Amino acid sequence: MSDALLSVQGVSKSFPGVKALDDVSFEVRPGTVHALCGENGAGKSTLMKIINGIYQPDAGVVRVRGEQVQIKNPLDARAHGIAMISQELNYVPEMTIAESFFLGRLPRRLGMLDWRHIRGEARRVLAEEGLDYPVNRRLSTMTVSEIQTLEIVRAVYHSADVLIMDEPTSAIAHREVESLFAKIRALVAQGKSIIYISHKMDEVFELADDISVLRDGTVVSSRPAAETSSDRVIAEMVGRDLKHQSYPKEQVPLGDTVFEATGLSREQVFEDIDLRVRAGEIVGLAGLIGAGRSEVVRAVFGLDPLDRGEVKIDGEVVRLTNPQKAIASGVAMLSEDRRLVGIVPQLSIKKNATLASLPKVIHGGFARPREEQRLVDEYFTKMNVKAPSTETKISSLSGGNQQKVLLARWLIADPKVLLLDEPTRGIDVGAKFEIYKIMTELARQGRGILMISSELPELIGMCDRIYVMSAGRLTAELTPDEYSQETILKHAMNEIEVH
Amino acid sequence: MPARLKTFDAGRYSIFIILVVVFAAASLLSENFLNPDNLFNVVRQVAVITILAYGAMTLIIGGMIDLSAGAVMAFAGVASVMLYKSSGSLLLAVLMGVAVGVACNLVNAFLVATLRTPAFIVTLGMMLMARGAVLELTQGQNVLQLGDFILIGQGNLNGWLPIPVLILVVVTAFIWYLMNQTRYGRAVYAVGGNEEAARAAGIAVERVKYKAFLVNGVLVGLAGVIFMARVNAGLPNAGIGYELQAITAPIIGGTSFSGGVGGVFGTLAGALIVGILGNIMNLIGIGSYVQQIVMGLIIVVAVAYDVFSKRGKAKTTILKNPAKGEGTTPPAAGQGAEPAVGAGRRA
Repeated sequence: MSDALLSVQGVSKSFPGVKALDDVSFEVRPGTVHALCGENGAGKSTLMKIINGIYQPDAGVVRVRGEQVQIKNPLDARAHGIAMISQELNYVPEMTIAESFFLGRLPRRLGMLDWRHIRGEARRVLAEEGLDYPVNRRLSTMTVSEIQTLEIVRAVYHSADVLIMDEPTSAIAHREVESLFAKIRALVAQGKSIIYISHKMDEVFELADDISVLRDGTVVSSRPAAETSSDRVIAEMVGRDLKHQSYPKEQVPLGDTVFEATGLSREQVFEDIDLRVRAGEIVGLAGLIGAGRSEVVRAVFGLDPLDRGEVKIDGEVVRLTNPQKAIASGVAMLSEDRRLVGIVPQLSIKKNATLASLPKVIHGGFARPREEQRLVDEYFTKMNVKAPSTETKISSLSGGNQQKVLLARWLIADPKVLLLDEPTRGIDVGAKFEIYKIMTELARQGRGILMISSELPELIGMCDRIYVMSAGRLTAELTPDEYSQETILKHAMNEIEVH
Repeated sequence: MPARLKTFDAGRYSIFIILVVVFAAASLLSENFLNPDNLFNVVRQVAVITILAYGAMTLIIGGMIDLSAGAVMAFAGVASVMLYKSSGSLLLAVLMGVAVGVACNLVNAFLVATLRTPAFIVTLGMMLMARGAVLELTQGQNVLQLGDFILIGQGNLNGWLPIPVLILVVVTAFIWYLMNQTRYGRAVYAVGGNEEAARAAGIAVERVKYKAFLVNGVLVGLAGVIFMARVNAGLPNAGIGYELQAITAPIIGGTSFSGGVGGVFGTLAGALIVGILGNIMNLIGIGSYVQQIVMGLIIVVAVAYDVFSKRGKAKTTILKNPAKGEGTTPPAAGQGAEPAVGAGRRA
């Protein structure tokens, strides 16, 4: 007990109408990585917010180094040596590295900011970490991974002992993950502890010393990583036996080619991309972040310009210079960025769902509330969207449920081809499974699906064929007998190694 | 969720509750307030501002703004008056006013939607241009003796219904229809709420922005005509500061300055509250200087209340981005236990 760096005992927290945490206890040992797993809504972020002082628990205590503490706000948390590296980093883009380093506690001398000290300290700490960024560089010119590294360095500089990392790999490239992991291991070697929140089992098992699983606000299990397994953790998370690597894939008879792209090129971004999707087919588009996959589908959908190339839908050449034309030709696109290019947060589930099909719900000079309700209800039930009603604001839903509403938006539009860009990113296991089922159903209806994903098991499990892109070019087209994570990765890294 | 739903609804209707309270208080403070003549007078006075406010509302909901409304209103009104004096046709004069309003706003729309210049700057420029144009046109002189033109501002239908009130009712109905029963209405909320998402959902964003300015242009032109008719003169210096008053009413009435949220009746209520307060202060003899202070106070209090009532939710945005995924979204099982960030900022 007393050797725990951070311990949470019997913590409960209720919000109107729901008990988010119920008698939660867990301990973080010094010099370890403690992974926290659980579906969206299991209570992980509520728990982290309590540890970080954003919420106060209704009951229970938090101890740091055996001493009971009251963490009233994030500043308090920092004073107790707790720092949070959030899922999507918060920073002021126009701020320099040096400023960001001392943000919130800029040192002053004679009433003025002590720039010499600020820059000097930042330079010294960066050099110590072997980072050679100029301290006057603006954050807006840095990559997410670089900023993340800075946040970690900064937290440690401000003497954090417990670092909370919420999905730290969700927005960084494959190669950068390795250096993040190296950083984490170095911190652990110094006796720091990491609370690591992730949906990715391989990461969890690579890093974690201990794993706690949360479900419906209670701790289902908390044990050393060596004593559990990925299948077991997933089973505990979902509370039912979800067999690892089982995807609801069905072989359906393939029809004619519904989507064909030839020679798609956009200067400096991608070149000579040929893609085909047949009716009923689910085709994968694999590649590392930055390979140009999203850029290809955005250009096809008319969101970005296309320099050369031809797109055929149902064998007919179409020019999709904007999304209206793409939708009219039967193409739908689910963006990888749900928040920026997906939901309209202020609007209800209903209005979000019908946004791409306004002529279906408003025609003849008036809105047709009953038709609209009927359309939305149909998919609301079919997709098992968890929300009190279709009038609920979409921003109050979990990521998985928002994604279902966005899928519903496209199903109401009734497309022939769906371009799905990372359709399951950042959503929990249960919702993922439901989205796979919807994809299968869509294929059965004879629609063509082109799916971008960075999760190789998902591509292998769901796709009839997989294209691989690297550095803006297609490097492979694989059939199921050639599938393996190694093969896909090899082709995805193909050109990068040549350079 | 149920508890939050309740508070949300209270917030949504609070503007109407406040309107009723203000109305009741006014009728207690002065026995003249409830006199039908006085009530019509109030509405007649707010008609111009409310019509401008509807235009401002559609733009703000769509994520834009118009600082040129006051100046364009003067330009349109004076142009209308001058055409009436030379042609004698009321219809042509009204069309002229509307045409000037539309023309100025199509220039705004071109710069904002096609060239993607910030609306704030564009309409600031238009404010100066329109004011300069109307001053040049009149050489700074008021246009007097408007003849029957004043009927638009001072006349009554059937001897009791003031024409400006009639116009206001028609415009209110039309704007309600536009915002609630048309694809354009849906689209403008989506564009203001999340422009990129709207574009990706197949909304012709540029066209929506043009339409928002077009609607604003018609309303500003109309307001100019009514205003000049009411004061019985073509005043090139009319409408100074009206663009800000026009923004005040929708903001008091719950339109979110960050776009995507708002409604016709909230805006109408906001305008009426301001109108009634001005009227009652006149009736009980509060000087115009103090009135300004009170009006300023109301704006500040209205917005502060709005922000304060959402503070618990807004808090999370400080520490976490309104991001996708687990971090900021409420538990699915609990359906909204944790405050939703997006809602917090713009409910």
